[in-house]
Amino acid sequence: MSMILGVPVAVLFGQLLLGLINGGFYALLSLGLAVIFGLLKIINFAHGALYMLGAMATVILFDTLGISYWAALFVAPILVGCVGVAIEYFLLRKIAGQDHIYSLLLTFGVALIIQGVLTNMYGVSGLRYSMPDVFKGGMNLGFMFLPYYRAWVIVIALLVCFGTWFMIEKTKLGAYLRAGTEDSQLMQGFGINVPLLVSLTFGFGVMLAAFAGALAAPIYSVTPVMGSHILIVVFAVVVIGGMGSISGAIITGILMGVVEGLTKTFYPPASSAVIFLVMVVVLLVRPSGLFGKEA
Amino acid sequence: MSNSVNPADIHKTMLDQQKSDHRRRLILNLVLLALLVAAPMVMYPVFLMKILCFALFAVAFNLLLGFTGLLSFGHAAFLASGAYTTGYLLTTFSGLSTELGIIAGTLVATLLGLGFALVAIRRQGIYFAMITLALSQLVFFFFVQSSFTGGEDGLHGIPRGQFLGLIDLNDNLNMYYFVLAVFLAGYLFVQRIVGSPFGQVLKAIKQNEPRAISLGYNVNRYKIIAFVISAGLAGLAGSMKTVVFQLASLNDAHWHMSGEVILMTLLGGTGTLLGPVVGAAFVVNLEYQLSQGPLGDWVDAILGAIFVLTVLMFQSGIVGQVQKFMKKNIG
Repeated sequence: MSMILGVPVAVLFGQLLLGLINGGFYALLSLGLAVIFGLLKIINFAHGALYMLGAMATVILFDTLGISYWAALFVAPILVGCVGVAIEYFLLRKIAGQDHIYSLLLTFGVALIIQGVLTNMYGVSGLRYSMPDVFKGGMNLGFMFLPYYRAWVIVIALLVCFGTWFMIEKTKLGAYLRAGTEDSQLMQGFGINVPLLVSLTFGFGVMLAAFAGALAAPIYSVTPVMGSHILIVVFAVVVIGGMGSISGAIITGILMGVVEGLTKTFYPPASSAVIFLVMVVVLLVRPSGLFGKEA
Repeated sequence: MSNSVNPADIHKTMLDQQKSDHRRRLILNLVLLALLVAAPMVMYPVFLMKILCFALFAVAFNLLLGFTGLLSFGHAAFLASGAYTTGYLLTTFSGLSTELGIIAGTLVATLLGLGFALVAIRRQGIYFAMITLALSQLVFFFFVQSSFTGGEDGLHGIPRGQFLGLIDLNDNLNMYYFVLAVFLAGYLFVQRIVGSPFGQVLKAIKQNEPRAISLGYNVNRYKIIAFVISAGLAGLAGSMKTVVFQLASLNDAHWHMSGEVILMTLLGGTGTLLGPVVGAAFVVNLEYQLSQGPLGDWVDAILGAIFVLTVLMFQSGIVGQVQKFMKKNIG
């Protein structure tokens, strides 16, 4: 078997694939955070909990109502998106304009509530979810084995990321959003319903998280605590990329997934720490982040 | 012009105000002290010690959030590094006197704080919070993988030992007064800092950072010093906690702990000296009461709900509300 730097090629590509998948999740989550940050200027600490809610909803919808995976890919994000809109409308709106520290603490409290309630209802051991039959198995590419579902996750995550980028950068709705990011008061003056835009934006960012959760359900163990660790990693990703640009969030997310995968191949003990170490280096060398504009 | 005010009168009124504030604080401190000295007569000392350790932790944290305006989401790292260092030293070197173990724990946390500060200071606001959280997760992984922490099991059976080789700390009452003395030292230290010219600059940074910069203050240096002091005191709290409970575990390093100390400070009242103490007592007591009752599994959700309620309608915290009430009704 051929080797690269003392590692079998199949292992290397296998880890790269896993890295790409994780990167897809990081990209989806940091994209959602960036969209919300752009307009609301807040960091959603409940993002991890809402990602978890998306995964839990996918499993629960199947178990109780028999809703298929395909339908859940739409239904779960919409349901969780509604939760997001409710959080924005009933809670975040009440403290709009105050120090951003408060919105951060508020969403942290919301995350604790969501996680605590679901832990009580479903325990911490996790729920089982089997993927649709279409995705069982995989194909042999000669140098590695590619499970269908993993290929699907990478493709769909990239598509959704690209679609979001396209919507924000190239469409009229996206133009509203960008204008709101620049000066929401002026927008209001032009007769655009800014509060509605804010609610929808928050809901959309949350939907991205829930969609990532639904995608994750068949491959990761679905537990009420699955969101808290990945959220902290995504925070590091966001710090590395800077939240200035949509494409920056996507690229950094995927890049960090790959870096993590490579570390897992060549020096496994550091794999869970590597993204945080990259963050430290970036902060020391280029404090505003790879794609950041603000200080 | 008859009702113009004489500047000298204003100055005199301000001095009188300061004097009465000063006297009020002194009386409050003395009452608090008397209560704490007498407390073990009516309450279980170990429970009181838990409150005091967390109170010191929250007081340390408040120096940053309340008086410098920096939100650290990684203070668990300092609590845990103090706890593990002290625990490891006291277990490994039997005969090491307890205070040396505690000092070592405090020093390690202080150095770690310097490391955090140098990195996190490069960004502001919510980024600062995210960076400290990420760094503390890095520290968490370090503790998980290191052998000296005992991994998932943690350190158990850490000897309490003797203070200065004289006072046996295995006696709960001796231990209590030792913890009380350390807590008071930490509390008075922070009170002194807040009242000093250095503390005034910290408050200026909190209120208006650009203006503090334009006045010629090296803002980053002040922030770093405040962060390092806060981290050191948090480490001291962790070291004390380890000696009291004779264990150190990953719970201390978890992000959940960073959240808890924020809640204690916020609930008690940020930017007040007594607030974090009240908040710590409240949260520790609440957790205890809940764990005894049918709601034991709901602690996290309830803490989350308190977080939300405090932010929405109670931002000045318990002590802040009391102060407002006093000002309005007593003057």
